[in-house]
Amino acid sequence: MLVAVVLVVIAVGTVVFHVVSPWWWTPIASNWHIIDDATLVTFWITGVAYVAVILFMAYCAVRFRYRKGRRAAYEPENKRLEWWLTGLTSLGVIGLLTPGLIVWNEFVTVPDDAAEFEVVGRQWQWSYRLPGKDGVLGASDPRLITGDNTFGLDPNDPRGQDDVLIEGDDLHLPIGRPLKVLMRSADVIHDFYVPHFRAKMDIIPGMVTYFWFTPTRTGTFDILCAELCGVGHHTMRGMVVVEADTDYQEWLQGQSTFADLMARAAPGDAVKLAADEGRGDAAANGNTRSGSDRPSPINR
Amino acid sequence: MAYAEPAVVDHAPPAEVPEVELYHAKTWLTKYVFSQDAKVIAIQYSLTAIAIGLVALVLSWLMRLQLGFPATFSFIEPADYYQYVTMHGMIMVIYLLTALFLGGFGNYLIPLMVGARDMVFPYVNMLSYWIYLLAVLVLAASFFTPGGPSGAGWTLYPPQSILSGTPGQEWGIILMLVSLMLFIIGFTMGGLNYVVTVLQARARGMTLMRLPLTVWGIFVATILALLAFPALFVAVVMSLLDRTVGTSFFMPHIVEMGEQLPYGGGSPILFQHLFWFFGHPEVYIVALPAFGIVSDLISTHARRNIFGYRMMVWAIIAIGGLSFVVWAHHMYVSGMNPYFGFFFATSTLVIAIPTAIKLYNWVLTLWRGNIHFTVPMLFCIAFIVTFLNGGITGLFLGNVSVDVPLSDTMFVVAHFHMVMGVAPIFVIFAAIYHWYPLISGRMFNQALGLFHFWVTFIGAYLIFLPLHYLGFVGVPRRYFEIGETGFVPESAATLNEFITVVALIVGFAQVVFMANLAWSVFRGRVAGRNPWRAVTLEWQTAEVPPGHGNWGPTLPVVYRWAYAYSVPGVEDDFVPQNLPPSQVKAADPSARAAE
Amino acid sequence: MDLLRQITEKPWLPQDAVERLHAERAIAAPAAKIGLRFFLAVVSVLFLLLIIAYAERMRFEAWRPGPQPVLLWLNTALLILGSVGLQWARVAANRRQIDGVRKGLMIGGFFTLAFLAGQIAAWRQLSGIPFFNMASPAIAFFYLITALHGVHIVGGLVAWGRATARVWRASAVARPLQGSVDLCALYWHFLLLVWLVLFGLLFSGNGNIDLLLALCGFR
Repeated sequence: MLVAVVLVVIAVGTVVFHVVSPWWWTPIASNWHIIDDATLVTFWITGVAYVAVILFMAYCAVRFRYRKGRRAAYEPENKRLEWWLTGLTSLGVIGLLTPGLIVWNEFVTVPDDAAEFEVVGRQWQWSYRLPGKDGVLGASDPRLITGDNTFGLDPNDPRGQDDVLIEGDDLHLPIGRPLKVLMRSADVIHDFYVPHFRAKMDIIPGMVTYFWFTPTRTGTFDILCAELCGVGHHTMRGMVVVEADTDYQEWLQGQSTFADLMARAAPGDAVKLAADEGRGDAAANGNTRSGSDRPSPINR
Repeated sequence: MAYAEPAVVDHAPPAEVPEVELYHAKTWLTKYVFSQDAKVIAIQYSLTAIAIGLVALVLSWLMRLQLGFPATFSFIEPADYYQYVTMHGMIMVIYLLTALFLGGFGNYLIPLMVGARDMVFPYVNMLSYWIYLLAVLVLAASFFTPGGPSGAGWTLYPPQSILSGTPGQEWGIILMLVSLMLFIIGFTMGGLNYVVTVLQARARGMTLMRLPLTVWGIFVATILALLAFPALFVAVVMSLLDRTVGTSFFMPHIVEMGEQLPYGGGSPILFQHLFWFFGHPEVYIVALPAFGIVSDLISTHARRNIFGYRMMVWAIIAIGGLSFVVWAHHMYVSGMNPYFGFFFATSTLVIAIPTAIKLYNWVLTLWRGNIHFTVPMLFCIAFIVTFLNGGITGLFLGNVSVDVPLSDTMFVVAHFHMVMGVAPIFVIFAAIYHWYPLISGRMFNQALGLFHFWVTFIGAYLIFLPLHYLGFVGVPRRYFEIGETGFVPESAATLNEFITVVALIVGFAQVVFMANLAWSVFRGRVAGRNPWRAVTLEWQTAEVPPGHGNWGPTLPVVYRWAYAYSVPGVEDDFVPQNLPPSQVKAADPSARAAE
Repeated sequence: MDLLRQITEKPWLPQDAVERLHAERAIAAPAAKIGLRFFLAVVSVLFLLLIIAYAERMRFEAWRPGPQPVLLWLNTALLILGSVGLQWARVAANRRQIDGVRKGLMIGGFFTLAFLAGQIAAWRQLSGIPFFNMASPAIAFFYLITALHGVHIVGGLVAWGRATARVWRASAVARPLQGSVDLCALYWHFLLLVWLVLFGLLFSGNGNIDLLLALCGFR
């Protein structure tokens, strides 16, 4: 009897906890409502199954508890019942998988008009690179990373000269436009994770990974690292500010570009760069923007 | 169905299996230490696994103390915390669960349940244990090296695992990798034994479909392990070379803390593929023996044949096969080709179907049964609840797009603890209580057993159910502390305190459990033969506990399947597998007429 | 499919034929042979995964084909002769000719040891080349894979040593002896096959792995 009561309490209690618990997902700030929707579908289908099975067990625990002299039924199998249950489960699985795959298709299909920006992870900080006026990110290579050129940008690539580099500061993004995040790591695996955006993706050194989203709400949100990256993993934080396009443009104007930084580091070098444009074009064809698990950029 | 067995088979002579030359120990040392008797090896495996498991349990308390009361315990530094995380995970998954289910229960139960005198290669079996012990000692040694054990997370992802930003980079990671290699070598020796014993050393009449599901589960799990562990071996050897001689198998070009390292061109994702090609079957290496054991226990204590035996066998085989094509569901957000997600989400959700069938059949075995709520049965019911819960959250994580926000959060931690930690451990408890009278010859203390059950079951549920919701909030896993954020409410800290307190209480209950077992070995009531009135062969031995060679002068002959409970027309509500049909007592004819 | 029949029968039904009750072997072979076959399956998975890792690593940057020591051709021939020797022993054991078993085992053992010596010579040759660098993936794979293959050969030699010692003590071929020679020969042929695949695909320097990948559509 006690067993049955506890089972009922578990089934009902779990549902009640789910409904009244103050711990739920953060208010969304991106276009990925459909991920939340797919999650809710999953909750409904699996929740019904969970409660049904446990309540049925509670019923069995009362109805078929030991009684002296009673005999259990001897029934090796029941084909009909088993096929029915298999069929029902398969239906449930189809009901889960269909929305899941539809949403995934959306997730992996980056809109053509998505604007690109770059996130660079290193132990244990975030930095960001935004394309300048030309709207294109220049080529990069981890072998070029030095104390001055912390992003490892190719100084000979003219497309990289106007790239805006953000280090040790908040990332700003414009609202309402699809964005493709390109991600690089200088050392170990990191994961760019903003709970409010729902999306996340690992950053693998030696590759460029990506995902896309559209910010839909202005505000300031936390950036965390979601892949264990060493002893400072939990301190690898950042902030992203989503704002209206005009505010964003204004902020962007105030940031320094790669050319500014290089000029500051070694006056005179920037002049030399302009002469090297031909070489830079070849470099820009490096697949900085291909993001599957292909080898990364790196053609100098 | 009327009970009928043809009289012609009544006196089938027992078969001696010719290749097995029974080993006879001559000295105390070869009888109890370097023993080749599978039962002794089983107990050695179990005690070693439980001992190192206790270390992992203490580590989990330390982790919980940090999460529940951050900045309170000054002796827990971030590096320590990551070392606890790593060692807790690795010990629990490999050195406790795998070793206990296969090395412990496999060794004890396979020969007894199939009606053999021992494993077919007893010497190799003994070596298997000693190599396992060496692996455990090497792993434990890393606690005492400069820099301590590895803090790379149990997944040991390079490049992080071998770089200096991770604790234990000096010696911990090397010892970890060496220990894993030893474990795999030792396991392969044992595994070959289990498989061949099931195939070749069965008693006369023990057809494949008369095997108890426990044997089926261990058998298929062993085949999975034999084929999956090479992937871990390759990954581990290559990682070790990257760390020690400077190869670049998994190491791309890296700039660590501003310094260019001499690596280049390796693929970190390759490691993940190798790791999870092992890692997912590993889940079933632990789960399948648990499935098998729980089936037999439910059947015995509900006095009812397991429902849909054939479907159960096929489901075990199907799950075993499918488990090799789902590995990349651990890697949806790993940066691999995103189009793999379609395939792996589909295969992952397909594997839910045979798993669900197994679950239905356990519940349907309770249905129309005559259920004794013994301690083993209670743990089986707790297993069904927690396994169902963990299986369901697995559908969230396996369904590729739903996984995106949840992966690498506390939701994942809650999920795999429920499905792979709590549920199989409940089966281990159930199995220990169930077979304790056989192994020790005495009964455990019932009241303490019930206390242990209720505290552990309710406690574990209270720990892990709310943890899922922290994952929904977005709290990442493997965080030393979450600190100030804009998305985690204040109340989460209270929840964390609550979970820590419950975890400590549940931990205390395990002390009661062990005290109960230790006390009952000497003071427990003498159990007598077959106290649960079970039909399987291990309860039908000449002596209790079974002696060397298991069966006395003649091997058993098997006349029926392993689930002859409450057979109509028979007086008793169980008919042992080896009871000759002529000795089966028919029910009182008047009672039969009433049926 | 006998196995399929075995796992589809309904065990709760009365089994009416007396032979159904005899100790039914799922596979008719001695236990040791089945054990060895399972072990060979494990080893196959190990080397298969190494080949896959090799092919996968080739796609990444900084891949340079390693130098291919010509010596490997000689070593391959030696290992083939080793396998021939073991086969000789196995055939002689089946015919109960103890002299033939001894000769076969000696020949097999000699050429296998020669193979190992040859592999070590190849290692030394390779480490002597200019610009030798363990960080070069092709070279690292060469050392790793040949070492693992060599370890399995050494393990085989232990079994070979035990079998040889027994043959020398025996005056005639008894059944257990025949069994061990049989297992040794099986293991040798298997390791030869593994070596031929590894050598042919990875170390013979003619891009067979590229060809294979292209055929499978990965390139």
